[in-house]
Amino acid sequence: MNFVAWKMLVADRAKYFSLIFAIAFASFLLANQISIFIGIMTRPASQILDVVDADIWVMDPQTLYSDEVYALRDYDLYRVRSVPGVEWAVPLYKGLGRAKAPDGKFRNVILLGVDDATLVGAPRKMLVGSIYDLGQPDAAIIDKAGFRYFFPGEPLQVGKTLQMNERRVLIVGISDASAPFQSFPVLHTRYSQALGFVGRERNLLSFVLAKPVAGLSTGEVGHRIEAATGLKARSNEEFSWDAFRFYLRNTGIPVNFGITVMIALIVGTVVPGQTFYIFTIENLKQFGALKAIGVTNRRIIAMILLQAMVVGATGYALGMGMAAAFFASFLNYLPTRGIVLPWQVMAGIAVVVLFVVGLASLMSIRRVIVLEPAVVFRG
Amino acid sequence: MVADGIAVFSRDVTKVFGRGDTQVHALRGIDLEIRLGELTMLVGPSGSGKTTLLSVITGLLDATSGELVVLGERPTALSPEELILFRRENLGFVFQQYNLIPALTAAENVAVPLLAGGVKRQQAVARGKELLATLGMAHRAHALPSELSGGEQQRVALARALVHEPRLIVCDEPTSALDGRTGHAVMELLSATAVRPDRAVIIVTHDARIFDFADQIAHMDDGRIVSLEENRKNGALTNGLVAASETWSLAEPDARSYTTTGD
Repeated sequence: MNFVAWKMLVADRAKYFSLIFAIAFASFLLANQISIFIGIMTRPASQILDVVDADIWVMDPQTLYSDEVYALRDYDLYRVRSVPGVEWAVPLYKGLGRAKAPDGKFRNVILLGVDDATLVGAPRKMLVGSIYDLGQPDAAIIDKAGFRYFFPGEPLQVGKTLQMNERRVLIVGISDASAPFQSFPVLHTRYSQALGFVGRERNLLSFVLAKPVAGLSTGEVGHRIEAATGLKARSNEEFSWDAFRFYLRNTGIPVNFGITVMIALIVGTVVPGQTFYIFTIENLKQFGALKAIGVTNRRIIAMILLQAMVVGATGYALGMGMAAAFFASFLNYLPTRGIVLPWQVMAGIAVVVLFVVGLASLMSIRRVIVLEPAVVFRG
Repeated sequence: MVADGIAVFSRDVTKVFGRGDTQVHALRGIDLEIRLGELTMLVGPSGSGKTTLLSVITGLLDATSGELVVLGERPTALSPEELILFRRENLGFVFQQYNLIPALTAAENVAVPLLAGGVKRQQAVARGKELLATLGMAHRAHALPSELSGGEQQRVALARALVHEPRLIVCDEPTSALDGRTGHAVMELLSATAVRPDRAVIIVTHDARIFDFADQIAHMDDGRIVSLEENRKNGALTNGLVAASETWSLAEPDARSYTTTGD
């Protein structure tokens, strides 16, 4: 009877396609909004996740997230280094500066000052140049988006200069840094160099990056650092989640995206649900005839579920295809770079679609089950 | 004990819908025997209980009381699953509005009872085509119901009722949607193909033009069988009681035997 169910489903092309497209657009909208939401909300953690050498971030105890920093005192670095279980610890400066291009164009930039000796914290994904060129005087590495902003239309190349705090900044490399939340250009320089690029501050030590000795966990060493120094120590992952939670609680972003997602969910449930229900109601007489002929309720339920699954799977596949095409086409667009369609979102939407078609079929199944087959004798 | 050769045996069967003040007595004690090898018509005005009786006989509705035996089985004694299986194996249906599935071709529609019984699609559709060919519909086997005339659709419905070789065929107003000529042709086909010694056919109808095809006519009114007429060998019907209405009066009434029930 499966082919009967299939043919009943596709016979009314208009209704069939409206069912498919309702689910496809709901899936697309959900995938699109949730993925963009996740992409934006993970951006505050970009600079944390880009640091792969260190496992522990040490900071002022009152620090809420990575974009608001109260500098430590220089000797805090040595206090961290002295904690048993810390293999090494290096300084990291993170702050905002203003960079100006030769043509006068200027913009706030995220300035990261990495340890002069080890270059821990320097970008690992280089498009042009090498992190070791940071050793040159006034050297800095700029991210691709920043280069495109300051030097639009020009090929990626080293040797260009910017000006920060009335000092020359020599571009020695171009990185593929993860997009920051504010979409500012990201500049990496040596810790000692950063001092010259920003206005004089009494303390520059934003963070201490540390590595636990082999055999000790990040959590354990972090606790030791906190106990010994009174500072706050977070693993990369914890610190990333701190940033995520901060923006979740303190901005309207979740509300805005949440509303869109809810609308997509409601429309995506109601429209296909109602259309599928109407489709069943219109076929009620035929289902009655099938019941009279001797088709069991179980078989009819299987037919309805098959129809629902076909509609759900096709709509979902189409929706995911549209979402994938959307993100693929915007992947290289600088403002939206790094925003992708995570598999977890795809899996989650599959569950939602399953729920939607399940709900729609339940309503239809209920109607068919209670249907008296004697209805077929009523003209 | 039901005698051999009896397809449907009904004794004092009642059907009541609703409760209390809203009760409707659709059947008020039906006594009826329908024999294998015969074509029985249930006739009467709207609301007389014909369709309800047909639904009770086919197990689509439960009788409220009385004794009913269909092809040796008591429908009320069967579980819902057994009843469905019983219908699937033993009963063929022809509906007033054909109730063909619009998405399926004629041959596929005919194959539905076989598909419901688990026959593979190719086999079932092939059998459907064969049967359509015997009904003169081979050239329309791939047509959708919307592409068929009323007479053709009813022939497809007839083929669907016959395809799984049931022992009881029930037809609800099979000619009411057809013009006289087409209705006559459908009835000729039905009596030629459906009536067999091991099979009974029951037809609910208002259509006096087809009464001549019946071996037995049960006139119903107000939930009762008010007269039962039997066919003479020459094809004309005998008259039991006074015909219920002009519409159903027969050309050559000839009283021979009748049964009344429920009064």
